[in-house]
Amino acid sequence: MAFSKNQSEVDEGLKGELAKKGVVVTTINQLYNWGRQSSIWPMQFGLACCAIEMIATACARYDIARFGAELFRPSPRQSDLMIVAGTVTKKMAPQVVRLYNQMAEPKYVITMGACSIAGGPFIDGYNVLRGIDRYIPIDVHLPGCPPRPEALLYGLMELQKKIQSQEIETTEWYQKGMKREYPVPDFGPHGLVPKFNPEVWQPRELDHRKDKYGEPILIGRKTKAPDLDAPLATPPVAQPPKPQTA
Amino acid sequence: MNLQEIQSKIEAALPGIRLKPVRESLLIEDAAMLPKVAAFLKNDPVLALDYLSSVTGADYLKYLESVYHLYSVEKKTGPVVLRVRVTRDSPRIPSLVPIYRGAEFQEREAFDMYGLYFENHPDLRRIFMWEGFEGFPMRKDYEQEDSEILETADIEWLDRHGAKVPEGMRKKAADLKAQGKRAVAEKTGKSIE
Ligand code: SF4
Repeated sequence: MAFSKNQSEVDEGLKGELAKKGVVVTTINQLYNWGRQSSIWPMQFGLACCAIEMIATACARYDIARFGAELFRPSPRQSDLMIVAGTVTKKMAPQVVRLYNQMAEPKYVITMGACSIAGGPFIDGYNVLRGIDRYIPIDVHLPGCPPRPEALLYGLMELQKKIQSQEIETTEWYQKGMKREYPVPDFGPHGLVPKFNPEVWQPRELDHRKDKYGEPILIGRKTKAPDLDAPLATPPVAQPPKPQTA
Repeated sequence: MNLQEIQSKIEAALPGIRLKPVRESLLIEDAAMLPKVAAFLKNDPVLALDYLSSVTGADYLKYLESVYHLYSVEKKTGPVVLRVRVTRDSPRIPSLVPIYRGAEFQEREAFDMYGLYFENHPDLRRIFMWEGFEGFPMRKDYEQEDSEILETADIEWLDRHGAKVPEGMRKKAADLKAQGKRAVAEKTGKSIE
């Protein structure tokens, strides 16, 4: 992600000199964003194994409080950040989108782990959504299975950089009539309806996964099954090596 | 007690029953006899298999199977494995819920995934998939949707919710509908094997 950093026009050296005398020079944008980036309240919800790593990040050893994001809120109305930590099953996806809609502006989303980015190890499954970015926009993608707590902290720092680059006058949520809500998918007879929201996500023209590996391997009709009535193939018994005669 | 002894014990108690050892398990050839066998194994003072640990569905293409693992908590023995085979056309198996109460959710799962109909089950509904889901996803002939291609139902839904849909996707969906097909994920010839 490319950030245009909010740079103040005051010379850095002069700023340092003034700071020694107890004078702080800053801009409203910087002060405001500094406040916002240092108190990101994440939403307290985890979906699978990645949530365990998220919990570890919040505990004493990794201590997400150092970055001001320790206040996990159990309500979307009070949170700024949704960490989608874990597998989004098709049964859970409408709820995740609904929670996103209920969050107050400004809101940010981190997808944590391969599952919430693209389906992860379960990508071939009939029941797992291939990435929550099919329905809602994502700010930071965090690969890994699971990403280590350091990675989550890094993702949080990237998000802080993004927040720092925003300007009060131009940010979308201070504009009139801004309403950032995405329609909640329904359960259909074979999966979710719609399969994705083309305003948010569209399939890539070039799919290197398909080119390289063919269609995802495990899906489609299966034609092989073991024959239980056949005798078990016994593995050959390893013969002890013959003693060598001198 | 080994499998052979258990088999002869059941045969002695329930004359006319046909059992066949399959690997480490006993196949009950007539599915209707399953509750009788289970009740016998549970109530027999020597075996006392009082705990049904799992009910599993399985698809062997030619037939469907339901597999039962029985343990005895009292005697600390087990498992004794029972199998029942049914055809794909009429996958009806008597339910074990009247004998083992714990079979209820497990049988619902086997129903949900493999479409095994457990007769006399008190509440046979889907358990993992939602109401209105079609098909049984763990069966080998289940056709999974292609999640990259929108269908007419998706397009209609998006129109209703005021989302913009690119023309190419509309056209693809209309083509599929004209052919009377749905977007199914198929294996292409290429794979890593
Ligand atoms: S990415 Fe890996 S660790 Fe994270 S939820 Fe998925 S399977 Fe679990």
